[in-house]
Amino acid sequence: MNQVPSQILFGLYHDEEVLLQAVREARSRHLEIDDVYSPFPVHGLDNVLGLTESRLHVAGFIYGLIGALTGFLFMTWVFTRDWPIIFGGKPYFSAPSFIPITFEMTVLFASVGMVVTFYTICGMGPGVTNPTLDDRITDDKFCIAFTLGESGKEEEDNLRRFFKETGAEEVHVKNC
Amino acid sequence: MSAPVSALREPLITGQKTYHAITEDICSPTEKTPTTAWVIAFICAVSGLALYVFSVTWTIWVGIGSWNLNRTINWGWDITNFVWWVGIGHAGTLISAILLLFRQKWRTGVNRAAEAMTIFAVICAGQFPLIHMGRIWLGFFILPYPNTRGPLWVNFNSPLLWDVFAISTYLTVSILFWYTGLVPDFATVRDRAKGLRRKIYNFVSFGWTGSAKHWQRWESLSLVLAGLATPLVLSVHTIVSFDFATSVIPGWHTTIFPPYFVAGAIFSGFAMVQTLMLTTRKVLKLEDYITLEHIDSMNKVILATGSIVGVAYLTELFIAWYSGYIYEQFAFYNRVMGPYFWSYIGMMGCNVLSPQIFWSKRMRRNLFVTFLMSIFVNIGMWFERFVIIATTLARDYLPTSWSYYSPTWVEVCIFIGTLGLFSTCYLIFIRVAPVVAVAEVKGILKNGGDQYVGPKANQSHH
Repeated sequence: MNQVPSQILFGLYHDEEVLLQAVREARSRHLEIDDVYSPFPVHGLDNVLGLTESRLHVAGFIYGLIGALTGFLFMTWVFTRDWPIIFGGKPYFSAPSFIPITFEMTVLFASVGMVVTFYTICGMGPGVTNPTLDDRITDDKFCIAFTLGESGKEEEDNLRRFFKETGAEEVHVKNC
Repeated sequence: MSAPVSALREPLITGQKTYHAITEDICSPTEKTPTTAWVIAFICAVSGLALYVFSVTWTIWVGIGSWNLNRTINWGWDITNFVWWVGIGHAGTLISAILLLFRQKWRTGVNRAAEAMTIFAVICAGQFPLIHMGRIWLGFFILPYPNTRGPLWVNFNSPLLWDVFAISTYLTVSILFWYTGLVPDFATVRDRAKGLRRKIYNFVSFGWTGSAKHWQRWESLSLVLAGLATPLVLSVHTIVSFDFATSVIPGWHTTIFPPYFVAGAIFSGFAMVQTLMLTTRKVLKLEDYITLEHIDSMNKVILATGSIVGVAYLTELFIAWYSGYIYEQFAFYNRVMGPYFWSYIGMMGCNVLSPQIFWSKRMRRNLFVTFLMSIFVNIGMWFERFVIIATTLARDYLPTSWSYYSPTWVEVCIFIGTLGLFSTCYLIFIRVAPVVAVAEVKGILKNGGDQYVGPKANQSHH
């Protein structure tokens, strides 16, 4: 999260149920969790962590609206203003036959826009390397990470005690 | 902690897997040297691809005259193949999107490969309208771009142009959906790899870390993409059916076409998924993830959609008779009894009669029968498109221009060639990417794994 070189203390758990319990415990002890990593989306983790709901779908709606308007208004402009042609005796502004393309443009803009937004806000993209704490996090380990602040030894001992009590299998420190 | 256990549902993951075992089983085929079976299959596929390149080059070099199309029958194997391939693509989106919205957990075992199949099938489909243009170098004329001829725009009222937008949007959205699902799994492969391999998978995994916030957004994105892909997939084959239904040709000009084409598309797509899954699970030893339960479920879909298609065929015949319109009546008489009667028999036999075997549970769970049926259905659905296209065109309004059409070697080779193109893409895919969605399978382990929901669940876990 922050760019200043800092130490990360993290514990690895073997099961998502234990992880959820530990996150609940950490929250009740008012420990400031830096991040939680898991090999698959853990059901209910965002509630326990207190994450706000993602607004990605709102962005998707806006992109879709832009796509719909782009498609419909462009076709309208072409057939009523730029080069009006009569097709099959229909009026220049034949809205029903604009619907299929308007729909496709809605879906296209919404999907492409959302995917680009997703990778941008997550700081991901082709060739991006984000630091990872342990190679087994994408395999079978569930990780809670804390940033070690200035307060030093006492805080670290407190966190290590927390990991021990909540059933972490391993505890490590990593410089990031 | 006990997961919700259902006495009725069979386990979706067998073999008492742990999370690590899942990673190991699914990622290891990408890490080993290819097996002999894969190498032989790949040689065959690339030979097919070479045939494709040769016959397409021939078509472009010589011109469309190298095909047997004539003034009466101006759509033949090319458009038949186009519709066939687009239809096959639909099952992938159905499995990944519609079953996601319906919360069907069995989809996780097959969605990755089915989505890959969608993409490759749509790529194959897209070849045909382009080659059919004859002057492929003018293919960009189908796009509405500002030009020096006015600008003269494309006809936005034409279903053929709707097709351009539908197919290209479908391909784009399918790729985005598939790749978004692949990113966490590529990260899994990355974290197991070393050296150059690690660098490559690091590039393609986009810097995935597995952070809780990222997973939350990822799930939100997947859900909305599924919500968008669902009407999209229905729109694509609806628009393909408009190519026919909005014309004034008896036999094509019917309002039943959109639902009938969509059902047929899902039907043929599931058959292709079965063909691929039965071979993939065997060759890559994934029987614990693509179980008989999955095959059973897919056979049920085949039975349902096959019967829908059957009802559509009969409805068409009934409405033709009931309409009292002689041209419509003749068009359907000609389909059943005309010069192409054999393709009608092939269609009815393969699509409507043969899937009825799946009313029996034993047959649905028999691998050999399933494999044979999947081939039958694919042949039947190819016949269906041929019946609709060639049979109808062969007998038009003027008996003087009635004609008969059979393909030249070039047309046959292009079709066989696209099978090569498709298989080459698929075989490369199963070598480089996890063929089952690793993260999603892990997510259902506790309510779909046999150690949690199987008969021995209570002894081993409490």
